[in-house]
Amino acid sequence: MSEKLVLSGNHAAAHACKGARVQVIAAYPITPQSPATELLSRFVETGQLNAKYVCVESEHSAMTVCIAASSTGARTFTATSANGLALMHEQLHWAAGARLPIVMACVNRAVAAPWNVWTDNQDSISQRDTGWIQLYCEDNQEIYDTILQAYKIAEQIYCPVMVCYDGYILSHTLMPVEIIDQNAIDEFLPPFKPYVTLDPDDPKVLNLVTFPWIRHDHPHIEKFGGYPEIRYKLQQTLRSSFDVIERVDKEFGEKFDRQYGIFKEYMCDEADYIILAMGSLASEATVAAEILYEEGYTVGVLSLKLFRPFPAKQLATFAKQSAASTFIVIDRNLSYGYEGALCTDFKAALYTHHVQKNVHGYLLGIGGRDVNVDQIMEIVHKSRKAIEAGQLDKETEWINIMK
Amino acid sequence: MSKKLLPRDLPEEELIYPGTRACAGCSFALAYRFALKALGRRTIACTPASCSTVHAGMYPVTSLQIPMLNTAFESTAAALSGIRAALDILGKKDITVLGWAGDGGTVDIGIQALSGAAERETDMIYVCYDNEAYMNTGVQRSGATPYGAFTTTTPTGKRQKRKNMPAIMAAHGVPYVATANPSYPIDLYLKFKKAKEEFKGKTRYIHIIAPCPPGWGFDQSDTIRIGRLATQCGIWPLYELIEGKLVLSKVTRDLVEGKTKRKPVKEYFRAQTRFRTLSDEDIQKIQKEIDRQFETYKSL
Ligand SMILES: Cc1ncc(C[n+]2csc(CCOP(=O)(O)OP(=O)(O)O)c2C)c(N)n1
Ligand code: SF4
Ligand SMILES: [Mg+2]
Repeated sequence: MSEKLVLSGNHAAAHACKGARVQVIAAYPITPQSPATELLSRFVETGQLNAKYVCVESEHSAMTVCIAASSTGARTFTATSANGLALMHEQLHWAAGARLPIVMACVNRAVAAPWNVWTDNQDSISQRDTGWIQLYCEDNQEIYDTILQAYKIAEQIYCPVMVCYDGYILSHTLMPVEIIDQNAIDEFLPPFKPYVTLDPDDPKVLNLVTFPWIRHDHPHIEKFGGYPEIRYKLQQTLRSSFDVIERVDKEFGEKFDRQYGIFKEYMCDEADYIILAMGSLASEATVAAEILYEEGYTVGVLSLKLFRPFPAKQLATFAKQSAASTFIVIDRNLSYGYEGALCTDFKAALYTHHVQKNVHGYLLGIGGRDVNVDQIMEIVHKSRKAIEAGQLDKETEWINIMK
Repeated sequence: MSKKLLPRDLPEEELIYPGTRACAGCSFALAYRFALKALGRRTIACTPASCSTVHAGMYPVTSLQIPMLNTAFESTAAALSGIRAALDILGKKDITVLGWAGDGGTVDIGIQALSGAAERETDMIYVCYDNEAYMNTGVQRSGATPYGAFTTTTPTGKRQKRKNMPAIMAAHGVPYVATANPSYPIDLYLKFKKAKEEFKGKTRYIHIIAPCPPGWGFDQSDTIRIGRLATQCGIWPLYELIEGKLVLSKVTRDLVEGKTKRKPVKEYFRAQTRFRTLSDEDIQKIQKEIDRQFETYKSL
């Protein structure tokens, strides 16, 4: 029997791990992630979850434990935020390069210096090039559902998945969450079948030094190539994973009546302006869109769930078919010295697929500064006025900042 | 033990095949062979970035006959915790989890992960093979490089002493800590056997001196001799720390009891070019320290 509990985002994540029958958990405390892993340790210690909880001494070790345990054949989980994620960086590359289906929660938080515990996406966006799939959530039910989906995706294509949700706004806010019946989860998510394992009965050495070239002195390697081929396969797998990601989501939808897609459209049909954003920021934008509609402006919202692999073609196709003249990209992250990461990627997607739209980038809510509907409405009006004034080269603008 | 064990009495099966990528005369490669003879096939090993990464071979060819996980430089002991956790939850029993890390990967960059794993009482045998520098990257100084040694980052000789890692591990409450030397393969073999059998399920730490011909500056045919000298002059005493209690191994005990004569440290230093800038004065000082150390052993 499924049941409805009122849970914080962190506790929703922990319940999802329990449902997924995670076998090895390793984590290190950091705000605002800690309640997720605290609850998991309670599940383990009280026998509600048959797993090993390794209290590591750092996030680097947390990811290492996941890597080693996954290489030994266990389903693994960790969660972290901000500086903790940054400390894991080396091992994030390792996990993806070794093709390990680790799932982690990134409870989004600003990265120091200076210290700041509030939310933005700088932590996970800074890890976008490590080969992890990145999924962003809008509410606590979505966190729960996405973690369950993440295991199914990861274990089909042997790639790690990062499930991202905003610190405090989701991690510490209570919402009703439907906890799915264990038998139904088991039906959806079969036990983990590792691709290779560390096994004395079938000994293999993993992650050996691999040459840049294709070795011609050994029959085996001619078939498998060198380091670039291994990396090429990772890229190919990620670029062709959209099908799997959508299929898993569809199956989840059929079974449990909730489906998310790789992006969600809201009031986009007739919109002149479409806001593109991720996570809770996108939810906030839907409220702004409704108010603007009342005021006579047609504004839609596109909430991007899947940031890596980047669904460039899907977004470009959507843009092409849309009547909107202008896309407003609101980033809660910044590639310092340029602009928000989503803005850059979206523009590149349109260019690649020969779709011409106005794209205006905005930065909002960096370091957890409150985001409200008025600011989002202000953004839309700024863009509208720029377009009406014929200004075609609008650069990214930082909103609600003391200049 | 009644009958004296000889190298020919050890298991014949080799778990490391010839043709490793280690240099000729590499001593840790030898230690590894003897260690695996004691541990057997049901072992999962893990190695960080180091000469032992290279030793294992290049994809897809390996010399190792046991499963091994290459892991990031600072992460060996955490990886051992991860392997063990997975084996436990999967119900796989009777597998030895072995870390095989260099001195840099142990006393420097990996010390945090090792300290954590020891404190968690991880069921593992962690080995530091100590060639007293970062050899893989071209002989740079490590926290285990001894006073006076030339490395490429101490071009006039290191000015500081090395860390006492076995003592650090014993201070963690690790129940079995031992030193070993590939020039004394039976002693080494027996320590691994003891670690595996008598301290099963516990954290075990074995610190092995690993003379390195190119890094230390001696001929590759002299590896065994240099290793012996290290112990015979008292620089590398062989002992166990069992539940923190010091137990001298026979070779060192014989030196303490005067059954065999301790060699002057000068002989050890002058046999290697890395100590070329070490003055006679310094050598005398070190000699005095070793003498004092052996006096304390006497009072045991
Ligand atoms: C994080 C990180 N920093 C630096 C290196 C470069 N590196 C690889 S091996 C090595 C030295 C290894 O020294 P040690 O642990 O003593 O093993 P040895 O090579 O001497 O056997 C270094 C510095 C690395 N691989 N990873
Ligand atoms: S450099 Fe030294 S430790 Fe490394 S493989 Fe060669 S002999 Fe062995
Ligand atoms: Mg070394």
